[in-house]
Order: sequence, then C-alpha cells, then structure tokens
Amino acid sequence: MSSRFPLVPENAESLPTLNESEGMLSWVASIDHKQIGIMYLICTAVFFFIGGIEALLMRVQLAQPENHFLSPEVYNQMFTMHGTTMIFLVAMPFLIGAGVYLVPLMIGARDMAFPRLNALSFWLFLFGGILVYYSFLTQSGASDVGWFAYSPLSEKPFSLNKGPTYWALGLLAAGIGSIASGLNNIITIFTLRTPGMTLRRVPLFVWMILVTSFLIIIAMPIIGSAFAMMLIDRLLGAAFFTPAHGGSAILWQHFFWGFGHPEVYILVLPAFGIISEVIPVFSRKPIYGYAFVAGSTVAIGLLSFGVWAHHMFAVGLGNVANAFFALVSMLIAVPTGIKIFNWVATMWGGKIHFATPMLFATAFIIEFVIGGLTGVAIASAPLDWTVTDSYFIVAHFHYTIFGGTVFAIFAGIYYWFPKITGRMMSETLGKWHFWLTIVGFNMTFFIQHFLGVMGMPRRTYTYHDLPYWGSMNLLSTIGAFILAISVIVFILNVIVSLRKGNVAGDNPWNAWTLEWATSSPPPVHNFDLVPPVRGRRPLWDLAHPDMPDEPNAKIV
Amino acid sequence: MMVGFFVASESFFFLMLILAYVNFHGSQVDGPTAVNSLNPIVTGIFSLFLLASSFTIWLAGKSLKNKNHRMLKFWLLVTILFGAIFIFGQGIEWAGLIEKNITISRNVFGTTFFSLTGFHGFHVCVGLIMLSILLGLALFGDFKGPKSDAVECVSIYWHFVDGVWIVVFSVIYLWAFL
Repeated sequence: MSSRFPLVPENAESLPTLNESEGMLSWVASIDHKQIGIMYLICTAVFFFIGGIEALLMRVQLAQPENHFLSPEVYNQMFTMHGTTMIFLVAMPFLIGAGVYLVPLMIGARDMAFPRLNALSFWLFLFGGILVYYSFLTQSGASDVGWFAYSPLSEKPFSLNKGPTYWALGLLAAGIGSIASGLNNIITIFTLRTPGMTLRRVPLFVWMILVTSFLIIIAMPIIGSAFAMMLIDRLLGAAFFTPAHGGSAILWQHFFWGFGHPEVYILVLPAFGIISEVIPVFSRKPIYGYAFVAGSTVAIGLLSFGVWAHHMFAVGLGNVANAFFALVSMLIAVPTGIKIFNWVATMWGGKIHFATPMLFATAFIIEFVIGGLTGVAIASAPLDWTVTDSYFIVAHFHYTIFGGTVFAIFAGIYYWFPKITGRMMSETLGKWHFWLTIVGFNMTFFIQHFLGVMGMPRRTYTYHDLPYWGSMNLLSTIGAFILAISVIVFILNVIVSLRKGNVAGDNPWNAWTLEWATSSPPPVHNFDLVPPVRGRRPLWDLAHPDMPDEPNAKIV
Repeated sequence: MMVGFFVASESFFFLMLILAYVNFHGSQVDGPTAVNSLNPIVTGIFSLFLLASSFTIWLAGKSLKNKNHRMLKFWLLVTILFGAIFIFGQGIEWAGLIEKNITISRNVFGTTFFSLTGFHGFHVCVGLIMLSILLGLALFGDFKGPKSDAVECVSIYWHFVDGVWIVVFSVIYLWAFL
C-alpha cells in the first residue's frame, strides 16, 4: 500500500524526502492527512479487536452462574480496559481519523491546516494507548477501577497497584492529541474551504466534525485537568479526591462526568454525520432539512454540557439538582429526535438502494432509537434509582454506542472504502456481516434490559443461580460470539476486497460531495482541479447544469 | 485564530483547577490555610511584574509594527526579565511554605494551592522559553516586520497566562485577605 501514498514535501521547493521504496518509514514520517487518517483507522481496528476479546472473556465468565473462568481481579481489569479501549482508543480516534481523512477532501482542501500537528495528534493517541496497555506488564496488572475510575477506589490506599497511574497518564497523552486534532479540524474547516463552499453548503459530516471539535476542545481539558489531579493525588500524596484527608470523592464524579457526558456526544455526532452522508446518496434525494440537522447539532452540543449529573442521581444531590438535570437530559432528546425525522423524511419517497452502507445506516436509525428511548426513560431520576448500576444501563449505552456509533462506523467504512483503497467491498460478505451483526448485537444486549430490571448488578464478576439468570446470560454470551463471527467476516471482507475487489472508479455510489470528484484513492495533492461549488451537491450541479440545487447561486 | 482556540481550551483546564480550589475554600478548619500562611503583599508586588510584562510585550509588538528592531529586542528582553522575576517570587513563596512544612500532601489547601500555582508557573516557564526563542530569532534578524505570526501568537499566549494569574491571585489571595 505504501507505494500508493508517496511522501511529498509541503513546500514548492524540494525538501529532503524519503523514497517511496522506504516502505514503513514513509508512513511513520508522513504528514499527509490521508496517510494519517488510514493509520488512525488501522490502529483503531487493532484496538477494536483487543477490546472485543476483553468483552468475549467477560461474556464467557458470565455465561453461567458461579463461574470461575476469570478471577475477580482479572474480571475487573477486563471491564475497565474494555470500556477504556472502546471509548478512548476505538470510537473516538476512529471518528477523528475519519474526519482527518475526509474533511480536507470534502471541503476541497489540499491538507489539514497544520499537517505536522496532525501527525503529532496521531502519535500521541497511539503511544497513549500503548502506555495504557503497557500496564498489563506490571506486577498487579492493568487498571481495575472502571473506566470512570471513581475515587476513593482509584486512590491510595485502595489501589496500590500501578495500573490506574498508567491508565491516567496514557489517557492524558491521548487526550492532548485529541485536543490538538480538535483545534486542527476547527481551523481547517474555518479557513481552508474552497471558494463557494460556504458554511451553509459544507457536507453535514463536516458540520458534525466542527461541532464535535468544539466539544473536544472544551471537554478534553476538563478530564485532562482531572487526570492531572488524580496523578498528583496518587504520585505526590495530595488530597483532591481522598475524603480521608479532607478531599472530595464527589468532586471527581462531577469532573469526570463534566467531561463524560459531552464525550458521548463526541462519540455520536460524527456518527450522525456519516449517516447524514449515506442516507441521501442511497435514497437518491438531497437531505431533508439541512439547516435543521446542522442547527440541532449545535443545540445538542450546547445542552451536552448541562446534563452531566444525570450520571450521579444515586449520589443524592438533592431534588432541585436532580430535577434540573433530568429535565435538561430529556430536553436533549428533542434535537436528537429532529435528526431522526430528518433522516426518515429523506428516505421517504426516495429510490432506496439497500447496499451494505445503507443497510447499516437504516439499522442505525432503529437501534439508536431504542437506545434513545431507554435513555429518555432513565433520565427520570426515580426510574434511574431503580435500575442504576444494573444491566439495564449496560444495555442502554451499548444500544447508543454500539447500535449508534459502531453501526454508523460500519456504514461509513463500506461507503468510503472504495474512495480510500480504490476497490469496492464485497456485497455478499457485507450482507453476511450485516445480518450477523444485527442478530448478534440484539441477542447480546436486548436481553440485558430484562436482566437489569430483574436486578442483576453490573461490574460484578459473577452472580447467584437465580431463576432464568443463567439461561438469559448464556443467550447473551451466544449473541456475543455471533457478533465476534460477524467481525471476522468483516475482516475477511476487508482483506479479500483489498486484493480482489472490483475497481471502484472515482464515484461508484454516484454521490454528490467533493471527495468523490477526485480519483480513488486520491492523489497526494487531493485535487487536480476542485470543481466549482455552487450548492450543497457540487457533483450534482456539475452533472445537471440545467437544474442546479441553487439556480440563483453566484458563480465564484 | 489557532492560538485563540488553544487558549480557550486551556482556560477550561485552569477552570477545573480553580473550581477545585474554590470547592475546598473554607473546608479546612485547622492547619495551614491561605489566610494564615500566605503573604499577599510580597506576592502582590511580584504579580505587578507579571502584569507589567503584558504591557511590555504589547510594546514589543508595536515596535515590530514600526519596524523598530532595536526596541523589539529591548522590550522582549524586558518581558523575559519581568516574567523571570515573577517566577523568582513564586519560588520564594514556595520555598517559604515548604520550610514551614506546608506541602502538596499536607492538606487540601496545600494540594489545591500548589497544583494551581504550579500549573500556572509551568505555563509561565513555557512562555519564557517561547519568548527566549523569539528573542534569539530577533537577534538573528529574523523578524522584518511589520507583522509576524510568531510574535502575535506568543503575545496572545502571554496575555492569557497573565489573565489566568489575575483570576488565580484574586481567588487565592484577595478572597482570603479582603
């Protein structure tokens, strides 16, 4: 693959460069946004695989009551690292990587605004991730205090092992990388748009990345600060979060969720962006209500900073605070619901073509609505009290993060794979992958709603043999293995398609945004000539000069 | 613009540290607190140097605009000196506290005070390094004027570090003594 993306100097005068033949080095030293984007995607795939194995180990342990497959200590490490990996090392960097690859192409730019900073972001993410995983080599293993790392459990003397220290350090490094790419994205979108590409015309994916980047540069310093305080506590014996020394454990919860809830929108907004690109193309209609999709995203972004304490209803913050956070949390369902209607209205009356990307996008709407509905339910404090820390919550957030973000990620991979590699993915294997995912995912997680209502607590390594618990958990475990098979089919599809897939051509889906105007894969300089932009669908305008989207648009 | 957003992002980092300090303000019943262990007059005087350095870096930018390269070097040097004097003052404050066995692990006042002023001091030091690089480049005649992105960016950062100190000083010192 390396031959496809030779390293190119950024200046007109030639700088000392590496030869194409130097293979790996041309990737490691690259500052090209497409190469960096691809490295993001590959690394997140590896982390996805590791995080998936951790999940499978947990499901094997839970397959029957009173099981001893994993020790409690190892189980704690597994659920901590599974959550940490999937959030910080898979979903977030994947979406950042997709943004890094696609945003310059979509707005007709040559590269990101700061190509070197872009490379720095990637390497900070990768080495941060490696640092987190390095802790498995310490004597007492990896962090075992949950991805939320509640104090005082995460503090001395309750956690004397080194795991949480590595964990906080690694995530701090990765977080600095995220802030840098957030800044990079904002500046790129604000300053490098091709003439005619106004903010009212950029693809919705770009809008979502823009809002997400603002969330990143606000939310990541919050957790960075909290990680720093946690490290000061652990390494210098300070007292921020240790009640025994006058500190406050609740303060950590406020700080963590002050970041944690914006974070879930960092995870889901770019997914909304992917869906907003895929659905119009495969319905052969422009997006319904462009301004509403973009505007409701801004509303979500603003509201997301006022809902953090709905993770803390069980703390006992008082009725006024609980009522406030419950109301804001329910309010956030309104802009989210607007988007669902936008997508459904886009499909309505369209000539829908169910290729694999569209299958995943359609399933995304359904699964995400389920996750959204349980979300509105547990936004109500009294209901939350009854199901909090049970498998109901586990089911809820897997429907939003897997059913939402991961389904959108798969839709995006099938959609943009031809652009990135020049080859189509196999539709046959893609359909197998899709249906196995649907069956496996719903089998694993839908039943956990019932387990949660029946009172099964999360984060415990085993359970007593209560009526139906064993069989329901076994069903969930079988579902998890079907899901694992679906991932294997997906990997197979990637490998086979890379070698033998049909040659894609510039625009295999007959799409309308700028990234499809260049060759697949794009040349290093992206465009020989950026097509004129006179509307939201430049390639439509180009193909149908007699009926452009904006007939009165000025020609730039 | 980049530095503007970066500084906005940084301010949330400091906001959390300040919130942590505010959260524990007054929760310390006995032992060292801001009131009984800090010296607002001395630190106040050193703070004036930091405030003045914001003014001198503005003068440096103005000299560059007028293509007055000698004054640019002069004002950069003065800015670095004022920043260094401030850091020296912080050092005296810290050394005095540590001598009295008031450390980061003593109690929540120590924890929040040292973390907040420590991270601020770290940012001042980073600023001093960047200013020194600017001065070095200026001595080699790198800035032709009338505009330089590097000078502008460092200057925004420096104003930010200064602004954070105004908030930190108000929260730690003025709140305790006024």
